[in-house]
Amino acid sequence: MKDEVESREDRVAGLKGMGCSRKRVEDARFTQGKGNYVDDLKLDGMLFGDFVRSPYAHARIVNIDTEAALKVPGVLAVLTAKDLEPLGLHWMPTLAGDKQMVLADGKVLFQGQEVAYVVVQDRYAAADGIEAVEVDYEELPVLVNPFEALKSDVVLREDLLAEDGSIPDGAHGPRKHHNHIFTWEAGDKDPTLEVIDNADVVAEETMYYHRTHPCPLETCGCVASMDKVNGKLTLWGTFQAPHAIRTVVSLISGIEEHNIRVISPDIGGGFGNKVGAYPGYVCSVVASIVTGKPVKWIEDRMDNLMTTAFARDYHMTGRIAATKEGKITGVHCSVTADHGGFDACADPTKFPAGFMNICTGSYDIPTAYLEVDGVYTNKAPGGVSYRCSFRVTEAVYFIERMIEVLAIKLNMDAAELRRINFIKKEQFPYQAALGWEYDSGDYHTAWDKALKAVDYDGLRAEQAQRVEDFKAGKTRKLMGIGLTFFTEIVGAGPVKNCDILGLGMFDSCEIRIHPTGSAIARLGTISQGQGHATTFAQILASEIGLPADSITIEEGDTDTAPYGLGTYGSRSTPVAGAATAMAGRKIRAKAQMIAAYLLEVHDDDVEFDVDRFAVKGAPEKFKTMNEIAFAAYNQAIPGIEPGLEAVSYYDPPNMTYPFGAYVCVMDIDVDTGVPVIRRFYALDDCGTRINPMIIEGQVHGGLTEALAVALGQEIAYDDMGNVKTGTLMDFFLPTAWEVPNYETDHTVTPSPHHPIGAKGVGESPHVGGVPCFSNAVQDAFRPFGNTHTNMPHDHWRIWKTANELGLHG
Amino acid sequence: MSKKQHYKITVNGKEEEFLAEPRELLIHTLRERLKITGPHIGCETSHCGACTVTVNGKSVKSCTVFVAQADGTEITTIEGIGSPDALHPLQEAFKEHHGLQCGFCTPGMIIRASKLLEEIPNPSEEEIRFGMAGNICRCTGYQNIVKSIQAAAAEMNSAKEAAE
Ligand code: FES
Ligand code: FES
Repeated sequence: MKDEVESREDRVAGLKGMGCSRKRVEDARFTQGKGNYVDDLKLDGMLFGDFVRSPYAHARIVNIDTEAALKVPGVLAVLTAKDLEPLGLHWMPTLAGDKQMVLADGKVLFQGQEVAYVVVQDRYAAADGIEAVEVDYEELPVLVNPFEALKSDVVLREDLLAEDGSIPDGAHGPRKHHNHIFTWEAGDKDPTLEVIDNADVVAEETMYYHRTHPCPLETCGCVASMDKVNGKLTLWGTFQAPHAIRTVVSLISGIEEHNIRVISPDIGGGFGNKVGAYPGYVCSVVASIVTGKPVKWIEDRMDNLMTTAFARDYHMTGRIAATKEGKITGVHCSVTADHGGFDACADPTKFPAGFMNICTGSYDIPTAYLEVDGVYTNKAPGGVSYRCSFRVTEAVYFIERMIEVLAIKLNMDAAELRRINFIKKEQFPYQAALGWEYDSGDYHTAWDKALKAVDYDGLRAEQAQRVEDFKAGKTRKLMGIGLTFFTEIVGAGPVKNCDILGLGMFDSCEIRIHPTGSAIARLGTISQGQGHATTFAQILASEIGLPADSITIEEGDTDTAPYGLGTYGSRSTPVAGAATAMAGRKIRAKAQMIAAYLLEVHDDDVEFDVDRFAVKGAPEKFKTMNEIAFAAYNQAIPGIEPGLEAVSYYDPPNMTYPFGAYVCVMDIDVDTGVPVIRRFYALDDCGTRINPMIIEGQVHGGLTEALAVALGQEIAYDDMGNVKTGTLMDFFLPTAWEVPNYETDHTVTPSPHHPIGAKGVGESPHVGGVPCFSNAVQDAFRPFGNTHTNMPHDHWRIWKTANELGLHG
Repeated sequence: MSKKQHYKITVNGKEEEFLAEPRELLIHTLRERLKITGPHIGCETSHCGACTVTVNGKSVKSCTVFVAQADGTEITTIEGIGSPDALHPLQEAFKEHHGLQCGFCTPGMIIRASKLLEEIPNPSEEEIRFGMAGNICRCTGYQNIVKSIQAAAAEMNSAKEAAE
């Protein structure tokens, strides 16, 4: 028999389980153009929907005339708020406890807002029909600056005022002004201020983390199909959280949840853009119910950049206190958050500023205080986590900039300042001043490894020489060394403190083993390029001893997959990955009983070994998982139900805390403002590594999105609220030409509470990358008196910094 | 809306004849009319390259070409360069070197790379990065795309040598 000659190593390798760089099973279809994205879906009689959008950022709607549009060939209907009102669908709830207009109800609050929805035969009729809808607007004063909005008499949200004009509490407590949304605090205010008042040294900085956008290559879209015969609604779409979408659709439409089937087909990247619910989904569902035909809505790139899901837009002021020796004693962070016209942030309910309270970073800081004020402005709603776990990107940027600023103030090396303040290995689990309990870490080891790998001292010496050469007129290029040590917080999250719309943020896996020893597993998450079909099969292969190649992974169909909260915030591996392992262990537990019966020994007398159960002390007596699977279906085993299936709903006891050490070496031409990344070293510790090839790919991609954000990518508005960066001409997406090769490295510090010790990695490189690129730019100018300049560091802004520092002679 | 015209194009070796408005974009002709959904739409402004196809031997972004301009041409899409039983070396290499994640850019990338390798059979990394700069990928950071193209070039060159 084959099993007898195969060595144990061969058996392990044959499973393609955890730790191996298994090639992706998804790639065959994608490389042959056979992916199945939502816009590829064609149904009989399918109609299209598209929006008339507001050209103004703030205006009253005087009248909407649809008559001419209805005469355009191919136009079947034009929906306005008036049509949706009787159904109660002209507004919808947001994920942040606010509500948002589905179609403009009397006014518009941002440029590009949905005003009317045309239902048409094809895309060309949509363009003609939109053109023919006449809307009379009366312009209102525009507020694009949150600080001004908080002082302005102009009321953006009349709908939130009480009848007597007073301001009732919002979803997150009292509101101080009619354009104020919430104040959220963490930590201890008075002790922190006291520490800062009495500190040896205090560094202070104000920074703006600009508004940007996740901009996946595929935009958002859906196809709604109401089957009136069976009373069943099917909704295909680019949903990062299909089950939550089903619940939301049921709640707002009144259709019973069992009559709604939500399907996320292949998704062309998400990065947070596809978490929320958008007016396009609601209007398409309504249009399908009204017409009885399937209706497709696909946003174009401009719609995407202007309306669905911006990210960041945080104005942050920090004060950091330290002893003369550089030991940090306290930090104060104060944020004004621009949320746009509606509060549609995608955060767990209790965290209106996401996990911004991880802003003490990787450092042992005894006292801290954070306050965040959310503000309405005339900008698009959103506030999603762009390749990030709920504002941790902002938090890490904040602390990694503050450390640099403090280092300048102390005249100390920034790498050393980090080192003396790191949380020590023996302090884990570590209780941070702002509330989180970090699960595990070994920061010093990672940091030393990184600095050694790049020859940090050598780089500093080279930089000093470069400054000399620059001053002597020998070169026009400066050199910057960007450092970052980040701690992520991912895997939301424990149901006790994380929910979205009241749905606990657990996740799930259901496994069925087939008689011939292959299997299918379904999860509550959904891949958007992360390769779940590849990696989750690897987890299972190691847990249940069947080859990964014999395990199909399915996600995204709410009729078949168990309920889960979806994929964002790097939660798939920490939560659904854990559910997968736990479900696998249930399979194994039953397999053990079957094996014991077949081997005619007691349950406790067999043990699992790679792909089989063997009698303890007699490894030649065994039953393979294949044999056990067959036995589960072909014979009556006393006391055991037939079949081999399991399901697990996993509620994680804590978040996971991946971390990493990044170094960027950059040359900057002071005359052109062009930065060239000479070297980028990224050490990631994501705990147990499931598939190194995929981890590396995630790191490359995340760093590239970080490069984009740090060096140019921005959603910019003019004073009138016009979006200045609404196409890919103006919105920076790096090409192969601008992007460097990255050096990846790792340490492994497993999560102590995760069943397989994995922590999640998809977002780390973005979270850590942004400050690293930014710090490199800032560091190049540091010898000339720069402490901080705001991102994005595009060529013009870099040139301007050089100019302001007098480097142009 | 304007009057429909008669057009004839050859796609992946198959002749297609139909009536269409001249303003119809080639990407829609392919995706909607001919149900060739490998080429994707990422921007419709010729920036992203997701819609790249080969038209008369040249890489073209089909989102900014009217069907009227494509009349009489020969077009190759991702569907036309390999088959499940005989993948193009680029298709193999992208799988082997993790040159894709969400896969949305991949058809455009591969079809563009196939042209690049015809133009420059043995490209340097710089030539690859420059030659592929019209195709945006949001997922991979390009490093593995470059690797995939290098591997495919090596494979194609050694196959050619063996044949000679
Ligand atoms: S869709 Fe044609 S270049 Fe983007
Ligand atoms: S693989 Fe997702 S855009 Fe390239």
